[in-house]
Amino acid sequence: MSGDFSADVIIVGGGPSGVGAALELRRRGVARVIVLDREPDLGGATRHCSHSPFGMREFGRVYFGGAYGRRLTREAADLGVDVRTGHSVVSLGMDGVLTVANARGVETLSARRVMIATGARETPRSARLVPGDRPLGVMTTGTLQSYVAFYDQMPFRRPLIVGTELVSFSAVLTCLGRRVWPAAMIEAEPYARSRELYTWLPTAAGIPVLKGAELVDIRGSRRVEAASIRRNGRVSPIVCDGVLLTGRFTPEAALCRQSPLGVDPGSAGPAVDQDGRTANPVYFAAGNVLRGLDTGGWCFREGRAIGAAVAEDLARDGDAGAAVPVAFDDPVKLVVPGLLRRGGLAAPALRDFQLRVTRRVRGRLSLELDGKTVWSRDGAWMPERRILVPIPPDAARAEQVRFRLAEDA
Amino acid sequence: MSRISAPPPQDLFDVAVIGAGVVGCAVARRFALAGAKVVLIEKGADILSGASKANSAILHTGFDAPPGSLELDLVRAGRAEYLQIREDLGLPLLTTGALVCAWTAEQADKLEAIAEKGRANGVDGLKLLTGAAARATMPGLSESLISAVEVAEEYVVDPWSAPLAYLTQAVALGARFVRDAELLKGTFDGDWTLETKAGPLRARAVVNAAGLFGDVVDERLGFAPEFQIRPRKGQFVVLDKAAFAHVPRIVLPVPTEITKGIVVCPTAFGNVLVGPTAEEQEDRVRATVETETLQALLKRGAEIVPALAGMPVTATYAGLRPATEDKAYRVFVRAEKRAITLGGIRSTGLSAALGLAQHAVGLHAAFGLPLTPPESVPRVRLPNLAEPCERDWQRPDHGEIVCHCEMVTKREIEAALDSAVPPGDFGGLRRRTRAGMGRCQGFYCNAHLAELAKGKVAVTPCAAEKDEDS
Repeated sequence: MSGDFSADVIIVGGGPSGVGAALELRRRGVARVIVLDREPDLGGATRHCSHSPFGMREFGRVYFGGAYGRRLTREAADLGVDVRTGHSVVSLGMDGVLTVANARGVETLSARRVMIATGARETPRSARLVPGDRPLGVMTTGTLQSYVAFYDQMPFRRPLIVGTELVSFSAVLTCLGRRVWPAAMIEAEPYARSRELYTWLPTAAGIPVLKGAELVDIRGSRRVEAASIRRNGRVSPIVCDGVLLTGRFTPEAALCRQSPLGVDPGSAGPAVDQDGRTANPVYFAAGNVLRGLDTGGWCFREGRAIGAAVAEDLARDGDAGAAVPVAFDDPVKLVVPGLLRRGGLAAPALRDFQLRVTRRVRGRLSLELDGKTVWSRDGAWMPERRILVPIPPDAARAEQVRFRLAEDA
Repeated sequence: MSRISAPPPQDLFDVAVIGAGVVGCAVARRFALAGAKVVLIEKGADILSGASKANSAILHTGFDAPPGSLELDLVRAGRAEYLQIREDLGLPLLTTGALVCAWTAEQADKLEAIAEKGRANGVDGLKLLTGAAARATMPGLSESLISAVEVAEEYVVDPWSAPLAYLTQAVALGARFVRDAELLKGTFDGDWTLETKAGPLRARAVVNAAGLFGDVVDERLGFAPEFQIRPRKGQFVVLDKAAFAHVPRIVLPVPTEITKGIVVCPTAFGNVLVGPTAEEQEDRVRATVETETLQALLKRGAEIVPALAGMPVTATYAGLRPATEDKAYRVFVRAEKRAITLGGIRSTGLSAALGLAQHAVGLHAAFGLPLTPPESVPRVRLPNLAEPCERDWQRPDHGEIVCHCEMVTKREIEAALDSAVPPGDFGGLRRRTRAGMGRCQGFYCNAHLAELAKGKVAVTPCAAEKDEDS
């Protein structure tokens, strides 16, 4: 049925969302589904996390680290998904034509639909504009966990952990599991960015958790020798041999940014409509590339839902029409879907708007369609917490869609 | 026998070059080509450990150099030689041209004089353009541009591969490179005895190319100091490859007395650079980045090219330029002791290095130590890292792609580790291959890279438990 195309659907990225989509496409009878992943194994970010449980919602049991990826691999093989690891997509062309590099060289693949499921990564030192020297030993949790998971190595003995997101506590676990005692855990905000409850872990291990503390210097010629923090206006040194910059996940959306698809300024990932379709109707996207971080289970289900939409989209005639952007202002950081299309599928893939805010904020969040408030709620909104707002059935017919967050005085 | 370890102390070299920055590497090459038995000593763990590791990678024309200066002569000579040898050495060239941009009426008034000075300096391709005409050559420039001088022959190069190529060629000609070999003391008794941290060396002549420590090295050689290094820090931000399309040319400000100012320019690796600042400081080693300064650079970049607003930051860095109390190059010859000092090579070192090397060999002729050039010169060609040319990942059988942001293959990394001038530290491996230099800064590849480098590079992130010298 697919003429000159290499496949019906190519999925770029073999993490939970990409594989979830591939499985759903095959279950719905789409004949040729290729999953491309640049790493040697499926699993995406879950491969790094040797202690976080994955798979409960999707497979009814718990897997750790690489085992989850191996389950995905088995599922994909059983359903006849064409999995190609060690394949790096270099560019996205119009009409679903991809330039792909692998160990043999460069090739061109094409598909009737392409799904971007390239996930997210933490923001590194440079993009955070962290001050100081630039010695070895300044890294993200993902880097640390790849040292541990793939090479059984520990790059420091006494790191300073920067951040209090969920992944920050995962970093603490990784350290403690290797009998490495972090010097401290610091957070620039006056509150923990994930649930306050989690701070019992470092506290119980005797690791000071310093809120309202900002990293203002890193010292070291070859390796990290010390860091300085500013807290309550006072600068004090912390002796450490590493600086672990945790969290601040950002979509790994370089392919989109360098293609005509572009990225949404709020999420830094591709904007999609209620079916997961991007501005270019050949391209869909799912998972953490849409918004930074959510859990593996969430991404798997989102991948399945958008995979189902792709299958339906392939089967129907006609196009989805022009997209209406969803408007919002700070302190709303992002809204997914950021587009709505009148000609979307009868049952959209995404039933809720997912929102994130830039900081802890108290106030009334409301949704307006054509200037009329159709939903609102008062609350205290946290930066790393997923906020869900049901997409009203008539939203896709609105000319103007806007979220407002009126802060309490 | 390895050519990058300390030689037996009884060896007598024709020339000892002190400092393996871009100037020292170029000088070692030129003397080796002239037939000298050369040793290059370096305080750091790798080449380019000081000023040369951080610059704006522009191959200057000399259009704004002081007329009649040695700097102008050597920039022009160095540039000419680079253009002549670069294809053989496998070194890239982005023929971008530059626009010296006037954003205020006061700056616009200076452009005519800048063009005039450039022409007097013998630079071709200078044109005074209206703002609209300049923007026609680079539509991304802000509409507030008043006018500009086009300097068609200002180009962009790979600032790390060039010096590596010079030294690789020197080593192929028999030169020896000794790292971790800080000069402690030099004495002249008809020949030089150099005490270094890697042991003693004997040489007939010395060339001081010690950059940020040029004055210190002169003192350690027993010379009364003729100049004092006053380090000038420059901070840079490197923007994501998505920025490259908006910046096809080098955008220069109207220079002031002190600095060439903040430049927005493409890099050979497909990124965009904004910087440097010019900050005087005492410290010759620490080159820190500061959040507020980096934010100011980002803001300035977006004022010049509005599409750069919100562009992700790939890297930040800072370097120190070996400025002195005088703007001019500080070149001194002590013929009676067969010593040459190439000091105060501030911000044009990359462009002038090959010219400085020619100049040093010329000065050496007065020492009465004739050299016989070798009969043949071995062919040296570096792997290409620049974006516009074919990269290794585009060729078959590269093993695998290790660094996905910069598309660096396992074959390239292994080749760098086993090369004639292998990296002495992790930064050196990154500069030789680009691995880990991209937007994720090693999130995906750092551990893999450390594994590949294990046992081959002295300082890797993983040696934390055993490494004593950190």
